[in-house]
Amino acid sequence: MKVRRGLVVCLILLFCLAVGAASTSAADVELTFWSWRTEDIDAYEKFIKVFEAENPGITVKFIPFKNTEYNTILATALQGGTGPDIIHLRSYGGMEALAEAGYLMELTEAEVPDLAKFDKDVLRGASNRHTGKVYGVPFAIQTVQVLYNKAIFDELGLEEPETWDEFLKLCQTIKDAGIVPLANGGKEGWTLETLFGGVAPNFYGGNDFSDAVINGDTNFLDERFIYSLGKMLELRPYMPKDFMGIGYTDMQMMFAQEMAAMMIGGSYETATLERLNPDIKLGVFPVPGEKPGEGGYVAVYMDGSYGINAITKHKEECLKFINFLATEQYGQMFTDELSQPSAVPGVKPTHPVLAEMLALANEKATPHLMVVGFRFDQPNGSTILQAGLQAMFSDQLTPEDVAAEIHEGLIKWYEPFQK
Amino acid sequence: MSSKRSRRRIYFMFLAPALIVYTVFMVYPLLSSLGYSFIEWDGYIRRGFAGFDNFRKVLFERPYSERLVGALKHNVFFFVVTFLIQTTFGLFIAVMLTKGGRLLRLFQTVYFAPYTLSQVVVGFLWLLLLNPTWGQINKFLTLIGLENLTRPWLGDMMTALPTIVLVNAWRWLGFPITVYLAGLQGIPVELEEAALVDGATPWQVFRHVTLPLLVPTIGMVTILTFIYDFNAFELIFIMQGSSGSPFYSTDVLGTFFYRTAFGDATTGGEVGQVGLGSAIAVLMFLVICVVSVFGVWLVRRQEVEM
Repeated sequence: MKVRRGLVVCLILLFCLAVGAASTSAADVELTFWSWRTEDIDAYEKFIKVFEAENPGITVKFIPFKNTEYNTILATALQGGTGPDIIHLRSYGGMEALAEAGYLMELTEAEVPDLAKFDKDVLRGASNRHTGKVYGVPFAIQTVQVLYNKAIFDELGLEEPETWDEFLKLCQTIKDAGIVPLANGGKEGWTLETLFGGVAPNFYGGNDFSDAVINGDTNFLDERFIYSLGKMLELRPYMPKDFMGIGYTDMQMMFAQEMAAMMIGGSYETATLERLNPDIKLGVFPVPGEKPGEGGYVAVYMDGSYGINAITKHKEECLKFINFLATEQYGQMFTDELSQPSAVPGVKPTHPVLAEMLALANEKATPHLMVVGFRFDQPNGSTILQAGLQAMFSDQLTPEDVAAEIHEGLIKWYEPFQK
Repeated sequence: MSSKRSRRRIYFMFLAPALIVYTVFMVYPLLSSLGYSFIEWDGYIRRGFAGFDNFRKVLFERPYSERLVGALKHNVFFFVVTFLIQTTFGLFIAVMLTKGGRLLRLFQTVYFAPYTLSQVVVGFLWLLLLNPTWGQINKFLTLIGLENLTRPWLGDMMTALPTIVLVNAWRWLGFPITVYLAGLQGIPVELEEAALVDGATPWQVFRHVTLPLLVPTIGMVTILTFIYDFNAFELIFIMQGSSGSPFYSTDVLGTFFYRTAFGDATTGGEVGQVGLGSAIAVLMFLVICVVSVFGVWLVRRQEVEM
């Protein structure tokens, strides 16, 4: 008898719950949000809870896809006239193609007032180069610099170098101590582009060259550029043995397991390295130039943005969510939760290493050249540079050859070079 | 008359399931990619009829033409080396297995086992073994005093493709061995015995009796190998990505097509070129189709002669 009564109560409760759920969901607007950040799913669910608490009546469903398949899935959906309401957008060329095709809603400062605060260079990664219209709220910037293991530096009595020669000498000292100086490898071409971002700007003359080459006042056959590629080769003796077989995860493991003392890498490594080895003490410095005060550039690029599908049925609600993503409150949550530098201005990372990276970038930033300037069409600058660097580090091409390959590929579509 | 028609209808009903599946999943995509290859695309936007422009670009415009020729060469290398391994080593193993007696079944399983593994598993397994820092291959070489032979197998432009071809052969060999074995077992023992009685050496028996009778089998396996190797993609994609890394030394038609049509994910989401990609796919189809048909014709003719 007791059991049956209990059952009845349970059933009534269940019924009430079902009715309750049905009645709330009928009034709610559900926004879908597609992304390639499968690893950040917990964090995004947290962010969304905060938004939902502030905006009753709107729910957001975060749906991440595999990184390497995201572009294809998204493009196919958009071409078919569907897709999500909120779109996690790649930066620069990856974003521009979607905007050109008319799949994205333009974001104006009238609708998203916080856009006015964003750095103009950062916003470029979420704009159409041709029209200047903005299509996304940037979420993260990344910086490229030297990450080093403080414990190893202390043990060997080393200090952050001021000049390139000091840097090379420091590498030699570490090597003599039986530790790999730089964890950087070359099996995956893109890790060599990261190395390029950390080293080359200090030898091609930073923003003087990058501005000139992006404007088309010079091109990649410029001697400064060739010289900077040659300088990269001076690091080869300090990279791991058989470094051409060292892939990205190998680099992370080597550095995290304290087999290597330094790694030229992006700010996005911080979280991974600390997860792989919670005891590691990270330090950062920019690659120095030839004389004190020269060089010291940190390569910066915008990582991506949040945009709205042009054919969404819930424009109002989407704009509410996008405005939320542009707030300092969100930026702070983002950087604290994911250990990545937020693109929202004024956000101070609580993580000391990230804070230092941002401080260095504020001092002397330069665009991560190919990512920022030359990824808008094919053959894109990154692809040619990555393959070229692999050949250069394998002694198959000289720096002059690599520069010639880049120039020949880019002149096909980069209008400023065609003048 | 009417019974004939209804019988025809029944035939069609039996054929329909296969025909529909084949049309939807094979014929339609094939034709649509043929169609795409004549269209000019600007990112995601369809611009209009392009004529043979996509083909002209792929065949004659650098860097595409250079990549196409490079990839084609690598496919040929892939096929030739695999063919050599399977018709020497593979055939040898198959012949040995026919003499294997009780151990036959065991070894047959051992040689066939890798073929049942997925390419993803094989790729990851060998990635780990070949890793220059943690992998067992270089460790083993160092252990037996051959330290100067250690190298970054997959990162060295000279060794990357041969290494992948060998890894592929490791997985693939079970298939030709099994087919050869079936072929060998189909040869009547009397023929070999007669030759032996006539005073032929074992080598002469193999060369003049067994081998000629096995030629049709070898021919068919070779054609299948050709088709498989010219469609090679998965293993390379898993071990090296789609960029043909390092410096296009492992680039095959499959990776070249993928990178061009869908964009290279490793360079941060660039946009694919559907027209060019489709043109490459059509060219791949033509090469494979023509050579395979020619190969089948050659094998058939051999059969008639015998």
